Amino acid sequence: MEMNSIQVPLTKAEIKERKRSESQKKRSELRKNIAKNKMIYLMIAPGLLYLFIYKYIPMFGMIIAFQDYKPYLGIAGSEWVGLEHFKRLFTSSDFWMILKNTLVLFALQILIYFPIPIILSLMLNELRKEYYKKTIQTMIYLPHFMSWVVVVSISYVLLTLDGGIINGLLKNFGLKEINFLLDSSWFRPMYILQIIWREAGWGTIIFLAAIASVDPQLYEAAKMDGANRFRQMWHITLPAIKSVIIILLILKIGDVLELGFEHVYLLLNSTNRHVAEIFDTYVYVAGLRQGQFSYATAVGLFKGVVGLILVVFANWLAKKNGEEGIY
Amino acid sequence: MIVDKSLSSRIFNLINTTLLTLIALITVLPFIHVIGSSFATGAEIAEKSFLIFPTKFTLSAYKYIFSTGTVMKAIFVSIFVTVVGTLWSMFLSTLTAYGLSRKDLVGRRYIMFFIIFTMLFNGGIIPTFVVVQKTGLLDSLAALIIPVSINVFNMIILKTFFQNLPAGLEESAKIDGAGDFGILFRIVIPCSLPAIATISLFYGVTYWNTYMHAILYLSDAAKWPVQVLLRQIVVLATGIAYDSAEYSDVPPPSQSVKMAVIVVATIPILLVYPFLQKHFAKGALLGSIKE
Repeated sequence: MEMNSIQVPLTKAEIKERKRSESQKKRSELRKNIAKNKMIYLMIAPGLLYLFIYKYIPMFGMIIAFQDYKPYLGIAGSEWVGLEHFKRLFTSSDFWMILKNTLVLFALQILIYFPIPIILSLMLNELRKEYYKKTIQTMIYLPHFMSWVVVVSISYVLLTLDGGIINGLLKNFGLKEINFLLDSSWFRPMYILQIIWREAGWGTIIFLAAIASVDPQLYEAAKMDGANRFRQMWHITLPAIKSVIIILLILKIGDVLELGFEHVYLLLNSTNRHVAEIFDTYVYVAGLRQGQFSYATAVGLFKGVVGLILVVFANWLAKKNGEEGIY
Repeated sequence: MIVDKSLSSRIFNLINTTLLTLIALITVLPFIHVIGSSFATGAEIAEKSFLIFPTKFTLSAYKYIFSTGTVMKAIFVSIFVTVVGTLWSMFLSTLTAYGLSRKDLVGRRYIMFFIIFTMLFNGGIIPTFVVVQKTGLLDSLAALIIPVSINVFNMIILKTFFQNLPAGLEESAKIDGAGDFGILFRIVIPCSLPAIATISLFYGVTYWNTYMHAILYLSDAAKWPVQVLLRQIVVLATGIAYDSAEYSDVPPPSQSVKMAVIVVATIPILLVYPFLQKHFAKGALLGSIKE
């Protein structure tokens, strides 16, 4: 305000001078704050250093996708080859197989797995006896803490032809035994059932929390209007948890390409490869088993970038539709 | 909520309760069957299709696996990685989480973005492998710990917890002349024991379940943790192998031995689960609260 009343145009030197003093002031404030919080910066330094070395350096390390990387030459010494590895990837028949497998497994997760925790939470919410609810929750949360190796191993001992109980039961009922483990048409059902078994119970936690925050008066009002239990669920509970459902769906879409390396790798074998191979297992085999570091990194980079674009897109879509989004 | 006593409501309750009971049983029965069979004789497993309590209780499967050096070695590796890894991760995560919970920190938003971005994008398997190799961790147990020092999600749960502690707590400590480290170790940590316990258990379970990093970074079979051995014994011995080089020379183990190895690979989780269970729902929810 004062400046306007003076009406003297500032010379360039003066503007510069003012800017300099301003930034100087800012910098000295920053310095003061850093000095004051020296110990705090010291505390977070090791954590940030870890993230820098093991998370950010690998991100920069992805430039070897554009090189013919030789471990003994390092990044500085290896030859640049441009997009050659990407060309090779997109023209290989493996690429279409992997892409198709990835999309199919993703679709199974969204269409079959995703709704299950929501339905389970609605059902759990309708249980009137608290101790009974707790008991069931304790039972269905448990598998989440088992490793994929344990989950796959349990399926193997149950499903094997060599004394597994499932084939035992089939035989008892006079049905034909099924070689679940070698028959590639059983790969997808096994994959999704194992995910449901391990994660569906755990997945209810967040929905149950959302349901718990619904105003009980809404149910009273609905009851007065003659709504039965299903209608209450449909018109009150579900809309109340809609935004949580959308956020989790976004997260899931962002995870399209994260189908679980461990899980798939454990189920993968030479007989089901044509339906089971996904980007991560392909990267592992091409890169570490066959030593094609650059090519495998190119595959990984493709996957990472597509994944990132999907998260950003899904988030944008949610925000556009008036939901909160994840960032 | 007023209890609805209409007939339709009762039928609804009955069906709902029955269904949920069935689901819960389906969830735990496979594992109970595995535990039961691990104590049964081979003959009984072959004879009965489903087992919960074996009629002839035997420890022979366990005796067998504990008599082999490989299993014992793997158990020690897993215990070592779990204990040391959990302590290390908790040390780093607590320091970072507390630092970031302080609102007077300049640049906190940028630092949080730096951290959260690692959840959205990563360098992938190969570049990470190269860094692990260049930092000299290949074929050492440190490779199972150092590259996963902090789980960002766990760290944010801790940070949220610290942020929600009453501000007066720190201020009064400051007036009494405590430094930042003093406040953290003498005030904040003792006041946050439930959160610390929960996150420790989360880390502990992850380290005990570690598998992928072992197959990526350890080629020396003597350093394999239990989970890798479990795959060798159960998955590969069923007659399918992705890579024939991973076959072992020993004859395929019997069903009861496989069951016993599964139980051994899960025991610590069964032991901590009752303690874990008290806290985890709360912990998992805290983590989902946005800043």
